[in-house]
Amino acid sequence: MKYTNSGNIDTRSGFGAGLTQLGKTHKDVVALCADLTGSLKMTDFKNNHPERFFQVGIAEANMIGLAAGMTIGGKIPFAGTFANFATGRVYDQIRQSVAYSGKNVKICASHAGITLGEDGATHQILEDIGLMKMLPGMTVINPCDYNQTKAATLAIADYQGPVYLRFGRPKVPNFTPENQVFEIGKALQLTQGKEVTIIATGHLVWEALLAAEELEKKGLSAEVINIHTIKPIDKEAIIASVKKTGCVVTAEEHNYLGGLGESVARTLAENYPAPQEFVATQDTFGESGTPAELMEKYGLNARSIVTKAEKAIKRK
Amino acid sequence: MPELTKLKDFATQVRRDILRQTHHVNSGHPGGSLGCTEFFVALYQEIMDYHTDFSMDGKNEDLFFLSNGHISPVFYSVLARSGFFPVEELATFRKINSRLQGHPTTHEGLPGIRVASGSLGQGLSVALGAAQTKKLNGDQHLVYTLHGDGELEEGQNWEAILYAAGNNIDNIIATIDYNKKQIDGSTDDVLPLGNLRKKFEAFDWEVLEIEDGNNIEQVIDGLKEAKARTGKGKPICILMHTEMGNGVDFMMGTHEWHGKAPNDEQLEKALAQNPETLGDYPL
Repeated sequence: MKYTNSGNIDTRSGFGAGLTQLGKTHKDVVALCADLTGSLKMTDFKNNHPERFFQVGIAEANMIGLAAGMTIGGKIPFAGTFANFATGRVYDQIRQSVAYSGKNVKICASHAGITLGEDGATHQILEDIGLMKMLPGMTVINPCDYNQTKAATLAIADYQGPVYLRFGRPKVPNFTPENQVFEIGKALQLTQGKEVTIIATGHLVWEALLAAEELEKKGLSAEVINIHTIKPIDKEAIIASVKKTGCVVTAEEHNYLGGLGESVARTLAENYPAPQEFVATQDTFGESGTPAELMEKYGLNARSIVTKAEKAIKRK
Repeated sequence: MPELTKLKDFATQVRRDILRQTHHVNSGHPGGSLGCTEFFVALYQEIMDYHTDFSMDGKNEDLFFLSNGHISPVFYSVLARSGFFPVEELATFRKINSRLQGHPTTHEGLPGIRVASGSLGQGLSVALGAAQTKKLNGDQHLVYTLHGDGELEEGQNWEAILYAAGNNIDNIIATIDYNKKQIDGSTDDVLPLGNLRKKFEAFDWEVLEIEDGNNIEQVIDGLKEAKARTGKGKPICILMHTEMGNGVDFMMGTHEWHGKAPNDEQLEKALAQNPETLGDYPL
């Protein structure tokens, strides 16, 4: 494969590394955390810049409001907690104080999706992309590995406007280039293919590459596209690829309602209708288990992508 | 201090604006607006140091955040008459394509507004964030807020109240419009607030009270006293006793005018009790 795994590492550590770097380069970056500093990998920032780190306690609603207020006077707040508590729990605070008010707040959400693992469904949000992309003006980013998460963290500091940055807990392959330039809203084509387009986001991008390898063995070439920015979505990249391949599989660690799949489906429905299959959770809550077990049980892996790709190709 | 009569005349005109704005679109919230008229006039005509050349960042000036956004009529009137935007624009309140939305917002770019409010309980958190940024920026100016008493039923307030004291945010003055009324009736009937002074004190806030929040001298004195207590390690709370509907006899002593506009006859009666001082905006 063209892409090699330089070693498994969690995407949240990519966020932490990015934040550490921003601490040095961006004096207006401040960080807030709701009693999960270690889990969010914000400890370095906290230690290096105690005056710019705000421990808010287990009070996420207040954290979102504080972050909105801190922008008044020029700070760039990075507010971190688990994805469940960073979205559903504080939806109205984000809606009114951040999105509607147009505040330059970066909502940094770790432990997203089912790969949070053993903690179970109370903590495994599979609806957050939908919640956030519905908010007018909100940018939604779900990077695929450590390097890309770090690059995304750096990029959003220089972008003016509210951002939802989603990342995770498990150690996953790190395969995108170190020190890459992250362009918000720009899809990345990872492989060339003719028979099917696989559009993946987050942890499913590596699985999509594995799936493309499997399909290759079966004589089917797949075009893998890494969509790290779900909103605004790169319509041109999607349309161009599907025009070439004629069908698409979307893959995400999220409910099929409201996620990447729906954004792709809308793009195609408006511009170039084509058969689409969805690798996503099927309107269900998660449960306890290891990340690998859960990905298998809920059909969020390379094997599932291969099956759906074959189905999509048959539907052409 | 501008002459007291000038401030009183200002307040009377603001009351007319509140009544005329709500009557014109047959909606909006006159009750709490009338009750907080003296507070807004005192704040913008006497207490705060601000620039009418509005900048969102608000550096080197005092800031005000309205948490109970439904009393937008009094906010808009005082902002307009303090020079933030043309008084004539009050005629567009709650109308299509207006910057004067039903509840205040930054979204349409109205000068003087720094955050949207309306969904209750969010203003204190935002104000505390702004207060902390002021400290980071070495800006000595203060942050003022206003909250409904009923609004304190929202849990986010208590997260913020806990946070403010725990972090010694002493450049904020949070005023509670203590009229003891909300939409469904008295706060005692809907959800008793108990002893608010003791609650704030138990959360390590500095608390002072304004006995008559519809007496402009008392409001000014109370705000000045609050200002004098800033910078001493504790956030400041003012329990400001007001009367919902103050200034219009038939709107006082009831919660009925929380969110109800006067009809033609009622408007005439209410305006007669508040004769024109600074000039009505044209409709």
